[in-house]
Amino acid sequence: MDRIVLKGALFCLTAMLGAAPAVAQVKSIGKSEGFVDIIAWPGYIERGETDKQYDWVTAFEEKSGCKVRVKAAGTSDEMVALMNEGGFDLVTASGDASLRLISGKRVQPVNISLVPSWKTIDERLQMAPWHTVDNVHYGVPYQWGSNVLMYNTNVFKEAPKSWNIVFEETNLPDGKPNKGRVQAFDGPIYIADAALYLMKHQPQLGIKDPYELTEVQYKAALDLLRKQRGIVQRYWHDAMVQVDDFTNEGVVASSSWPFQVNLLKSQNKSIASIIPEEGATGWADTTMMHVDAPHPNCAYQWLEHSLSPKVQGDLASWFGSVPPVLAACKGNALLGDDGCQTNGLGNFDKIRFWRTPVSKCTTQAEGCVPYYRWVTDYIAILGGR
Amino acid sequence: MTSVALDPPMAREALSRRLSSVLFAKRGLLVTLLLVPPLLWLGVVYVGSLIALLIQSFFSIDEFSGTIVREFTLKTYAELLRPANLDVILRTLAIATFVTFASAVLAFPIAYYAARYARGRTKATFYIAIVMPLWSSYLVKVYAWKLLLAKEGAVAWGADRLGATPMVDALLSMPFVGGPSLSVSYLGQALVFAYLWLPFMILPIQAALERVPASLIEASADLGAAPGQTFRTVTLPLALPGVAAGSIFTFSLTLGDYILPQIIGPSTLLLGQTVYVLQGTAGNIPLAAAFAVVPIIVMGFYLFAAKRLGAFDAF
Repeated sequence: MDRIVLKGALFCLTAMLGAAPAVAQVKSIGKSEGFVDIIAWPGYIERGETDKQYDWVTAFEEKSGCKVRVKAAGTSDEMVALMNEGGFDLVTASGDASLRLISGKRVQPVNISLVPSWKTIDERLQMAPWHTVDNVHYGVPYQWGSNVLMYNTNVFKEAPKSWNIVFEETNLPDGKPNKGRVQAFDGPIYIADAALYLMKHQPQLGIKDPYELTEVQYKAALDLLRKQRGIVQRYWHDAMVQVDDFTNEGVVASSSWPFQVNLLKSQNKSIASIIPEEGATGWADTTMMHVDAPHPNCAYQWLEHSLSPKVQGDLASWFGSVPPVLAACKGNALLGDDGCQTNGLGNFDKIRFWRTPVSKCTTQAEGCVPYYRWVTDYIAILGGR
Repeated sequence: MTSVALDPPMAREALSRRLSSVLFAKRGLLVTLLLVPPLLWLGVVYVGSLIALLIQSFFSIDEFSGTIVREFTLKTYAELLRPANLDVILRTLAIATFVTFASAVLAFPIAYYAARYARGRTKATFYIAIVMPLWSSYLVKVYAWKLLLAKEGAVAWGADRLGATPMVDALLSMPFVGGPSLSVSYLGQALVFAYLWLPFMILPIQAALERVPASLIEASADLGAAPGQTFRTVTLPLALPGVAAGSIFTFSLTLGDYILPQIIGPSTLLLGQTVYVLQGTAGNIPLAAAFAVVPIIVMGFYLFAAKRLGAFDAF
């Protein structure tokens, strides 16, 4: 009995804490601490070491007096692990990591009045659910991008309209079957791409969100992927390997990133990309601040700096992404005036941004299939089961 | 006691002398002192982490919430027997076996030449040639092979020039091992594995062959054995421990590799990749741990068999 009482008390306590306003946020920016430590995706924070033209750190360091120290992380899990360890100020978290960081209380709310450029952010992203919880902002959008359908223009004289050319066995415009000439992504999150396809083609399933699937919907998506297994040449994992496959392996269509498209185009290959009628999945990254950030003043200065049109435009050009600050799309020498459109700006409404599937979901009353099952089942599909 | 107080340097000397005489008298103490640090390392860091892994594998993941249930259960091991997971294990074992076999076949003549015929400079050059691939980056080698094996890569080009394209196509159209091109087939995957681990096979075989006394081979010839007979009845049995020792490397390295199969092969997962994927965002640490226990058990049996073949006598 005592235990139950204790548990009840604990429950009330946590509920109270949960209802209480989030962790106090910084009220004003003080003196620079001399350093800012950032966990970032490789290529996200450049200081001109790879290519002299791409440098958005040196000027910041001179202006703010904060030396930027970058820790590159290769996966979202690595980012979460590093943030749990602590000792960092900022992290460029993707949609699958950001909510985990918020619910794990590893990041603090950002006082947007201290980030004047906040109002320059694309309004569609200001309240995005992957960084805003209960109207509290836990970070500043950094970049976003979408997956695209990349195709070979020698085979497709006209842009393909649907993802069906990579999902179902069919003949391509050159008269030959697509078997062995298309690719799919090898991450379990690709199940969402299949779900997105089914949303349009099997509306009776009632899929409302490709990351929130009931057992029945999930099974339908797996069935589609099992059929796809037969026609896929390779499940791509590494961007450079995919570039090579489009060059040397006779692959003509696949889900891909603007990065590969831009790279192949720069090599004068007959390649183009499109977001088909079903829409596409995508990613959106947010710069978030550690709850115990050792250098909050420098961190706030970086948040502001990260939103300047120059940084945003240069980065979009470097990474093949889209800047949330729309002013960056005009007059940036590196990105060019078409850059934002090339990287997918016009497709915002067609994009379902990447999230970690969880069992408690909002669109399906009966609950959803959580991510760990996506993983085991996708392994089975790759293995031909 | 008084002398200690009167003459400190003497006392210090006496202390070190006493220490050394204690250590001399009690040999066991010295051994203990020398062994404690490495044993701590082995026990805590090495075996400790293995035990932590083993414990994790007896937990399970809650089907509903996806959180880890820290209660003893064999459910996770039962999951290993699901067809999809069993596939991963059997597939990895099949590839490792094939790679080991291919490496042995490729390595034996090379090792034989190095041990029996190469002398002086040639021998040194031979050593360097065998070991040199180990000096360059693993990733560079794998990516280079990806390019070589591509549909429009160097191997296909060479086959085309030699008029051997129908042969390559016939190989690729074989069930299971084939695929759209060499770089996305089991055949290519096994080939690159064999390339990577070949030095680990050559060197032990060479060491074993060098131990085969030339006099035995001469005696065999004197007694009228044909060269083939000598090889089968004298050289091969005596070199077998070397093959067994080399196979431990090729087999276990293939079992654990998780990078090569991402780049070369038909996109099916091997053991190492499965562990990597499961412990990530999926957070299914128990199943990842259970998968990680599989190669440990397999290698346990393997080493037992290798010991019976005399693999450890070669060292």
